[in-house]
Amino acid sequence: MNWSAIRAIYLFEMARFFRTIAQSLISPVLSTSLYFVVFGAAIGSRIDEVEGVSYGAFIVPGLIMLTVMTQAISNASFGIYFPKFIGTIYELLSAPINFLEIVMGYVGAAATKAMFIGIIILITSFFFVDIQIQNPLAMVMFLVLTCVSFALFGFIIGIWAGNFEQLQLVPLLIVTPLVFLGGSFYSISMLPPAWQTISMFNPVVYLISGFRWAFFGVADVHIATSLLAIAGFTGLCLGAVWWIFKTGWRIRQ
Amino acid sequence: MPTILSIKDLRKAYDDGFEALKGVSLDIDEGEIIALLGPNGAGKTTLISTICGITMPTSGSVSVAGFDILRDFRQARSLIGLVPQEIALEPFEKVINTVRFSRGLFGKGRKDAAVEDILRRLSLWDKRDSQIRALSGGMKRRVLIAKALAHEPRVLFLDEPTAGVDVELRKDMWEIVEGLRADGVTTILTTHYIEEAEAIADRVGVINKGEILLVEDKDKLMARMGQKQLDVQLTTQLTEVPEALGGYDLTLGDEGWTLIYSYDTKSERTGITKLLTDVAGAGLQLRDVVTRQSSLEDIFVSLVKEPEGSA
Repeated sequence: MNWSAIRAIYLFEMARFFRTIAQSLISPVLSTSLYFVVFGAAIGSRIDEVEGVSYGAFIVPGLIMLTVMTQAISNASFGIYFPKFIGTIYELLSAPINFLEIVMGYVGAAATKAMFIGIIILITSFFFVDIQIQNPLAMVMFLVLTCVSFALFGFIIGIWAGNFEQLQLVPLLIVTPLVFLGGSFYSISMLPPAWQTISMFNPVVYLISGFRWAFFGVADVHIATSLLAIAGFTGLCLGAVWWIFKTGWRIRQ
Repeated sequence: MPTILSIKDLRKAYDDGFEALKGVSLDIDEGEIIALLGPNGAGKTTLISTICGITMPTSGSVSVAGFDILRDFRQARSLIGLVPQEIALEPFEKVINTVRFSRGLFGKGRKDAAVEDILRRLSLWDKRDSQIRALSGGMKRRVLIAKALAHEPRVLFLDEPTAGVDVELRKDMWEIVEGLRADGVTTILTTHYIEEAEAIADRVGVINKGEILLVEDKDKLMARMGQKQLDVQLTTQLTEVPEALGGYDLTLGDEGWTLIYSYDTKSERTGITKLLTDVAGAGLQLRDVVTRQSSLEDIFVSLVKEPEGSA
């Protein structure tokens, strides 16, 4: 294992994050605060409680997930797409490293950034609502798994994308709707039965439900199902990445 | 000198069926500078890319210091540094960080003294904290070289290092390559500037349409192919070579105003003195005398034009 290379890629990617630290942090903090103002204060005052949890607190896990997923995808996809775009990918391809090391460097950095922002949002939310995390260990585990699996997914998008438009396409057209419809701001049980069934096909439902369970001990689906779903998604992404490097798809002719 | 790079029957066909390399075989000795000359699309970059791992070979094998580029890719690639043709650098990164990154990527631990040495040799030390986007084109090329040297490779590939580079920087590049040779680094460079090959290479390979047409010591090549030509320009126009000069291998040029004599610079006697005496003896007045030596460029053009009749 070329640990030195993994470290080099990881630090290089993190350096990009720290170069733009202000915009990396201010933007999620600002948008989270806006969500709290709009959903928590304005709408929440009419909803009161969801499954025994105040609405303001109820949306915190969903909000964190929403940001973490989109951040993990955008960071990882940009991280690998940019070297392709400017041509510096030649160095990665000619270096004494294998696909696992490249993935560990890029995905590790993207997941770290996403997690960092997730934690910032959690801290921000403490200023707005009163939250007690029932299963901190499970919360951290869900957070890490979500960051890693969505960073992997973003990495695949970055390799697939042929231009900046495509880079935005999947997050915009697929991920954002799935996350919004995945119960970020509501409980699935609040939906009509038909929509509840449809929601079960949305993988994000399982992640948000599991994450929310870690916070409040209540969930839309069983925690084991949530874990299985995220493990399956991670496995699927890992398999895809392995295939990409095995065949050189879109990167090595 | 032992062989450091051995290429055997290397073939590369792209998905669209285009055969960029058609069975290239070449052995390169440690410490030498070899220039691969060829027109655009000859397969130079594909050859380098395949050796360095950027493209996958269709068949054949390449080994670096005995390590196969596919089976032992870690060892093989650790020994290789690559300077690509296009300037490809992270614009917002600092010079020193991008060089450190390359070193780490190639599995070497952080060693500030080594990085400093490389940056100083490439006259980049003063610019070490500059963002790459703030550098001139020439400086960016130096950064590419610094990155390629960051892990102290034994084989350096320079893909068209001086394409679009001004004369001064080109000379600097040549000096850098010479300096690397002193450290025992083997350099393989591709170019379509004949001048470059003539100036710095020990050996010259000519590649065209995915095949190596010839590889030879530069000096031997020049000597072997380097026939010299003497043009004897006359004050009178001739219709045929005078009988008195029948013993020489002469042709008429310039519509009869010039006698052209070909001779070998390597032979003891070139026969020039006797020829000129005999020309005067035949009653011909000389207007001027010009000698010409075929350059590497002539050789190159003749090879690329008619590959069958070469080597």
